[in-house]
Amino acid sequence: MPDTKPAVQLDHISRHYKMGETSVRAVDDVSLSVAHGEYLALLGSSGSGKSTLLNLMAGLDRPTSGAILANGVNLAALSPLDLARYRRNTVGMIFQSFNLLPRMTLEENVELPLRLAEVERSERAGRVREALERVRLTHRVGHRPAELSGGEQQRVAIARALVNRPKILLADEPTGNLDSATGETILSLLRDLQAQLGMTIVMVTHERPLAERYADRLATMGDGKLLGTSPARTGAAQ
Amino acid sequence: MKPQDLTDLALRNLREAILRNALTTLGIAVGVASLVAMLSLGVGLQQLASKRLSQSGLFDTIFVTPKNNFRGMGRPQREVDSDKPVRVLDNDARHELEKLPNVIEVYPQVRFFTEVRFNNKPYATVVAGLPDSSRNSGAFDGMQGNFFSSSTANEAILQIEFAKDLSDKPSSLVGQELTLRYAERQAIPTVGSDPSSSAAEPGGFSVVPKELRLKIVGIVETEPAAGYGGYGNARLLMPLETASTLRAAQVNDLRDIVRGSTSNKTTYPSLSVRAKSPSQVEALEASIKNLGFNAFSLLDASKSLRTFFSVFDLLLGIFGSLALAVATLGIVNTLVMAILERRREIGVLKALGAADSDVQQLFFVEAGVMGFLGGIFGVGFGWLLGRAITFGTNVYLKRQNLNPIELSSVPWWLVITALVFAVLVSLAAGLYPASRAAKLNPVDALRYE
Repeated sequence: MPDTKPAVQLDHISRHYKMGETSVRAVDDVSLSVAHGEYLALLGSSGSGKSTLLNLMAGLDRPTSGAILANGVNLAALSPLDLARYRRNTVGMIFQSFNLLPRMTLEENVELPLRLAEVERSERAGRVREALERVRLTHRVGHRPAELSGGEQQRVAIARALVNRPKILLADEPTGNLDSATGETILSLLRDLQAQLGMTIVMVTHERPLAERYADRLATMGDGKLLGTSPARTGAAQ
Repeated sequence: MKPQDLTDLALRNLREAILRNALTTLGIAVGVASLVAMLSLGVGLQQLASKRLSQSGLFDTIFVTPKNNFRGMGRPQREVDSDKPVRVLDNDARHELEKLPNVIEVYPQVRFFTEVRFNNKPYATVVAGLPDSSRNSGAFDGMQGNFFSSSTANEAILQIEFAKDLSDKPSSLVGQELTLRYAERQAIPTVGSDPSSSAAEPGGFSVVPKELRLKIVGIVETEPAAGYGGYGNARLLMPLETASTLRAAQVNDLRDIVRGSTSNKTTYPSLSVRAKSPSQVEALEASIKNLGFNAFSLLDASKSLRTFFSVFDLLLGIFGSLALAVATLGIVNTLVMAILERRREIGVLKALGAADSDVQQLFFVEAGVMGFLGGIFGVGFGWLLGRAITFGTNVYLKRQNLNPIELSSVPWWLVITALVFAVLVSLAAGLYPASRAAKLNPVDALRYE
């Protein structure tokens, strides 16, 4: 169940881009709070700023103004090195196009964050197996991503996001490249992880019906602004 | 990232674009090879020259002359300290020189212009006495026949040009005999003196024609190094002791008579003092000067030779480095291309928590590995190139009937230096691509298709 203290808190966040002479307000004065263990879906049409907002939460981008507090730490004030550490240890991220490294086997892809976190070699194999078991993909670990279906690839990506045991999982259109049945399996998997590990999940999607069935709460964006939040029909999919 | 993981990922990346990276590495190898080949030639030539010079004995020899020596026609007389009596180079002086520390031997110059008869034909030439220590001089390395059997043998070594004058087939001369005709000094006896004494010629001397048969034992291909007062111009060489006992009239004899030398002993126009090693020459030269003689050595020439080779090596190094400089552009190009290709991957790495420094180090290690491998292959190629040049040169030398030489030399320091240089240059070339990759904005990189 959601904790009272927020896992992520956005305080008057803006992100402006310069495009030639004009300034684009990708995110415009957004304040939002995501509770511990909450499953939040960010909805909106393309260009609404939802992915930019997710990147800001992921520490991949910095806000033009405002503060992002993740577990009480202001990301805007972190050094580049600390921000990298935050991406490594506090958040896990999955993408619409999976972003697995094509030259590496599944095992090696999942192991990559452990290398970056300088986890001892002896410990790695166990952690990789554990993560792959969570996504129910213990076979074909020696295969390369291209040899797997889209759904399997996304499960590998989820295992990779989980392997460093982060508290927050950020998903950018995780079902965008999948057929609806496979998409539902992935969302159901995320829902299980939320329940089993107590993870906070923020998912960007434009598929409102799916979001309504799996997320706890929906936040809708338009033109860089947060239009409003509403509780989803939780439990509908279970 | 840990070094092991970094290297692992870097090698994986290099294997991925194997052809391009192999070609880049080959470029470095060619660059290093040209550098190594150039420098190995420089080093080889230097060693060759040093060896020849040290064998020639020029660098451990000091030429001693009296201070009142004539300097030559039309040149002012050297200033002499009027307080000190002028010392002549006589046997006392010779013994004194022999007693100086680190002296191996002291020997006089015996050289005279005379006539040689061979097959009843006269030939005019300069004859010089050779000390027995010349045996080890490099000048006699490739001679036909042998060096003198002993220091008192009635034997002669001819220089090839003179041998050609004597016969159409110079090599057939070895073993034959020739007749040396020379002018012997005989002291004019004075009352109460021993006419047989060779040292005392108080009343001057008369000149008597004499003959000596000499067996030709060898022919020198190359002219022995002509140092200051050396035997370079002599075309017939004979053992020094044999030459000394002839008491042949020499150039300075008349001069000494005209001057009315106060000494009634044998004097030498010059003496050669051989030191145990070239490093002792400088100190020895100073102590000889303290004895009141002029001393001269070629050590200064050796110093300038070293300077010459330093500059020569530097120039060779610069030319060799040009190819390496081109190769570094190849590294920059390859890595910049790799950034474009791996843009998305860099984005993923950053999203997974790679710091800028991780990405930078990854590209750095890739550049370093290419440099190291290129360096190893380059040193190998360079060595082969040096061998090939040596081989080619020796084929040419053989055709010219000359002795083979070791033209290139790849010492250990050159191998290590070339490797270190290749890696450093590659790392320098990787600086820009690595920092560019590190600065890549992950959001842009992930959006890139």
